[in-house]
Amino acid sequence: MAAILPLTMPKFGLAMTEGMVAAWQKQPGETIRQGEEIADIETSKITSAYESPVSGKLRRQVLEAGTMAPVGALIGVVADDAVPDAEIDAFIADFQSRFAASQAEAGAEAAGPERVQTAQGTAQYLAAGPAEAPVILFIHGFGGDLNNWMFLQPALAENFRTIALDLPGHGGSTKQVPAPDAAGLAGFVLAAMDALGIPAAHLVGHSMGGAVALAMARANAERVLSLSLISPAGLGVEINRGYIEGFIEARRGKHLTPLLQSLFADPTLVGQDMVETVLRYKRLDGVEAALRAIASAQFPEGRQAASLRAVLDTPRTPAQVIWGMRDAIIPAAHAENLPAHVKVTLFDAAGHMAQMERPADTAERIASLAGGGI
Amino acid sequence: MSKKSFRQAINEALAQEMERDPRVVIMGEDIAGGLGAPGEDDAWGGVLGVTKGLVGKFGRERVLDTPITESGFIGAAAGAALRGLRPVAELMFVDFMGVCFDQIFNQAAKFRYMFGGKATTPLVIRTMFGAGFRAASQHSQCLYPIFTHIPGLKVVIPSSPYEAKGLLIQSIRDDDPVIFFEHKVMYDVEEEVPDEPYAIPFGEARFVREGDDVTIVAFGRMVSMASQAAEALAKEGVSCSVIDPRTASPLDLPTILESVRETGRLVLVDEASPRCNLATDISAQVAEQAFDALKAPIRMVSPPHTPVPFAPALEDEFVPNAEKIAAAVRSTMRAPSKQAAE
Amino acid sequence: MAMSRALQLSREDLLRAYRQMRTIREFEERVHAEFATGDIPGFVHLYAGEEASAVGVCMHLTDKDAIASTHRGHGHCIAKGCDVHGMMAEIYGRKSGLCAGKGGSMHIADVSKGMLGANGIVGGGAPLACGAALAAKTLKTGGVAVAFGGDGASNQGTTAESMNLATVWKLPVIFVLEDNGYAESTASGWSVGGDAIKRAEGFGIPGVRVDGHDFFAVHDAAGEAIERTRSGGGPSFLHLKLNRYYGHFEGDGQAYRRDGEVAGLRAEIDTLDRFRRRVTEAKLLEENDLAGVDREVLALIEDSVRTAKSAAAPKSADLLTDVYLSY
Repeated sequence: MAAILPLTMPKFGLAMTEGMVAAWQKQPGETIRQGEEIADIETSKITSAYESPVSGKLRRQVLEAGTMAPVGALIGVVADDAVPDAEIDAFIADFQSRFAASQAEAGAEAAGPERVQTAQGTAQYLAAGPAEAPVILFIHGFGGDLNNWMFLQPALAENFRTIALDLPGHGGSTKQVPAPDAAGLAGFVLAAMDALGIPAAHLVGHSMGGAVALAMARANAERVLSLSLISPAGLGVEINRGYIEGFIEARRGKHLTPLLQSLFADPTLVGQDMVETVLRYKRLDGVEAALRAIASAQFPEGRQAASLRAVLDTPRTPAQVIWGMRDAIIPAAHAENLPAHVKVTLFDAAGHMAQMERPADTAERIASLAGGGI
Repeated sequence: MSKKSFRQAINEALAQEMERDPRVVIMGEDIAGGLGAPGEDDAWGGVLGVTKGLVGKFGRERVLDTPITESGFIGAAAGAALRGLRPVAELMFVDFMGVCFDQIFNQAAKFRYMFGGKATTPLVIRTMFGAGFRAASQHSQCLYPIFTHIPGLKVVIPSSPYEAKGLLIQSIRDDDPVIFFEHKVMYDVEEEVPDEPYAIPFGEARFVREGDDVTIVAFGRMVSMASQAAEALAKEGVSCSVIDPRTASPLDLPTILESVRETGRLVLVDEASPRCNLATDISAQVAEQAFDALKAPIRMVSPPHTPVPFAPALEDEFVPNAEKIAAAVRSTMRAPSKQAAE
Repeated sequence: MAMSRALQLSREDLLRAYRQMRTIREFEERVHAEFATGDIPGFVHLYAGEEASAVGVCMHLTDKDAIASTHRGHGHCIAKGCDVHGMMAEIYGRKSGLCAGKGGSMHIADVSKGMLGANGIVGGGAPLACGAALAAKTLKTGGVAVAFGGDGASNQGTTAESMNLATVWKLPVIFVLEDNGYAESTASGWSVGGDAIKRAEGFGIPGVRVDGHDFFAVHDAAGEAIERTRSGGGPSFLHLKLNRYYGHFEGDGQAYRRDGEVAGLRAEIDTLDRFRRRVTEAKLLEENDLAGVDREVLALIEDSVRTAKSAAAPKSADLLTDVYLSY
């Protein structure tokens, strides 16, 4: 019997509840392969390509471009030519009625971020995944927050206990940053691990969060199971000074938008809501002072202060580096000349945010180093 | 972060600023309520409950119920601001400016200038405004244009709970006198509002949405009406920018001009009476500075030049709504020749 | 007659009182003369004749105390410590004026001295004084506030509102009614209904009526009232009966006054003459002391006029500054 396969509104990140099919890349009648980009999905945060989970012939576009729908809603149907239209109609009708019922029943919202009191102040984090599984801990970069992991945290949460943490001065964590250098922020992460009862974790550090992860591995190697570093700081001197200073200064959308766009290889990913979200974060009391303190401790005069390359010299902690070739913030050249045991992945079509531009591939590599699958 | 109503957002801003700065005091009629009466203390928390609970946190020394004496306590707030307090006075309905305006526009607004820059008057006056509450002619007006007219005053008109909290915190931290307008129909509107304090700077307009064809500028409650209209127009293929200037004084004219230069069309939505309101003011400035960019006449959506009526059937007719805004936008999209022929 | 407490003032205090009253008098006489030349812009309301009120009250105040004044405010300014050169330059509309030439006679202020401004609005000051008193009470500075107002202001709603507010909030504020008999050209005998003291008492505020040309009487009554209010006794009220020597404003022909009215006042009950007589008769001060003060004050006023006349006007760029701290 020929199968009828549903295409549903994907969930990018735990907070996503609905999305819009911004544009279809495939038309009914076209054959699609698994992993092929078939539509652009726009959420309040970002526009992202939807990679087909199945192969086959696209028979229907159930949602027209420009239509909002909740996560899980039917957006298209894939089936062989052999399946008659009537069966597809019946499939759609059945899916819709069951989906409507489940929506009405559930009504439950996704679990949101939580807060914990640590020895170094309040830490906000988003947890997902089985409680007894090995822990993957995500550490975002300068000006980022736990939402930076929204596209890959759900996938990794299948087999890991995932914790996306807000660093001090960021997101919903304390805005007091008494020790703003990489070692100081590492101390905060360790305090958060203590408060959450996590003896050791696989660390995923992005940008400045990469330097924080390296600092943790240097000072407390026994608590670091592996290091996955995405466009990390700490491996070279250069950093985009204009971005750091501009990000601190920007108070208006028109100033912030080009800066955020420079994070991505594809600037169209930056939506108005992403800009608004960052502006709202920057307005919180204490944020500007925190960002200034961190920037002057870690990136004085537009140069990286901490050199943590030596941490990777010993093969004691499994480590890998993932970089977008089009990174405009920290040059991908910093991935060169690393010791042989450090696996390096370079993505062509990604900038500074590989975890958002290449989430599936990035998640796969993180899981692989951490000793599991997705 | 959690969902908070417009009312809760304002209450939280007051509480956090009072917590942060002991010089912040609040005063007004019945802002706690029940003073000297045999029943409950904090009986009202303001006539619509906006300040409820603050007297329990901060005590009667900093949450000052007043007699019904607007000149007395608004003037006292101005005087106290000159002498080291940072008072937030509640003028229950802006319509009551009629009995205390001297203290606002001749006194507080002018101290700094008259005294050669040697006075600082960190005063906030919170006041309710707007129609739609079946409150008739003396409790429903949008009198912010009158305050906008006065040099020395800043005029803030928040359009959502998030905006209200950040703009009120900025108002309290600001060293100039600020009139903070709360649309009474919006108190139960909810949205995500950060738990932490944050300030939204004055004079920086917000793009509620961005589009290519028409610029809609709206204030206060009209911002959501304009957004609804833009939503409906998008389905017709008309793409609108909706700009919420946030503050009428200072006014972010550069952002409006920039948008008009992109779209070539401007619709101004103002719930205030149509003569000498914010719409006419912005219209004049755009006509003066960006006439060359206009592809169609500027359109203004305002109530008729009447007092606010009582009967629901009349009041509903009086207030601008999404349909009226959409109609105005559509009219700017017609060919100029056709407009001329009409 | 009971011995006035003021007569027990130290020699320094008596000299200070005299110097301030003489400064006010000379300042106003000189402004009167200079105004007639046309060099002073706008209009001015002169305080000459009422000196005992400003000085008798303000001698009990320090910079932590505030006063709200009236359109007839020069005397209050001097008594509260405003710089005379800065005042004169302000009246001339100079950049070096106390308000950088932006306020003029009717808006002279020095908030740092607790002088919250002369006020162009009759009755405008009383609510402000309540606010200053509220600030003092809330911030526990120990300060008080004085609301000066004329018989015209006593009929404004703001005065009644302020008295009520002061009572219900138990504010440390003293209301001083300078009843000079005329609100503009209209006699207070006609315009003020009822009795000022009873009005105050109606709000629960104790009041006394005092001869406003008698420095010692004013000083005593103000001292008691201010002490009572400062120590937590609530608001107080003083009704000072006095007279102004000049018109409502300069240029007022004063056709509404009796012929010879002012000449009679100057001859019979002049505040400074009475002070002089009392202190010399009681041998508290010597004629020489007073004549020395007179000379010094004359020189001060002369110098203030000379420097004001030669001072620079504000520049056109000044037009746009000081509207807001930030905008």
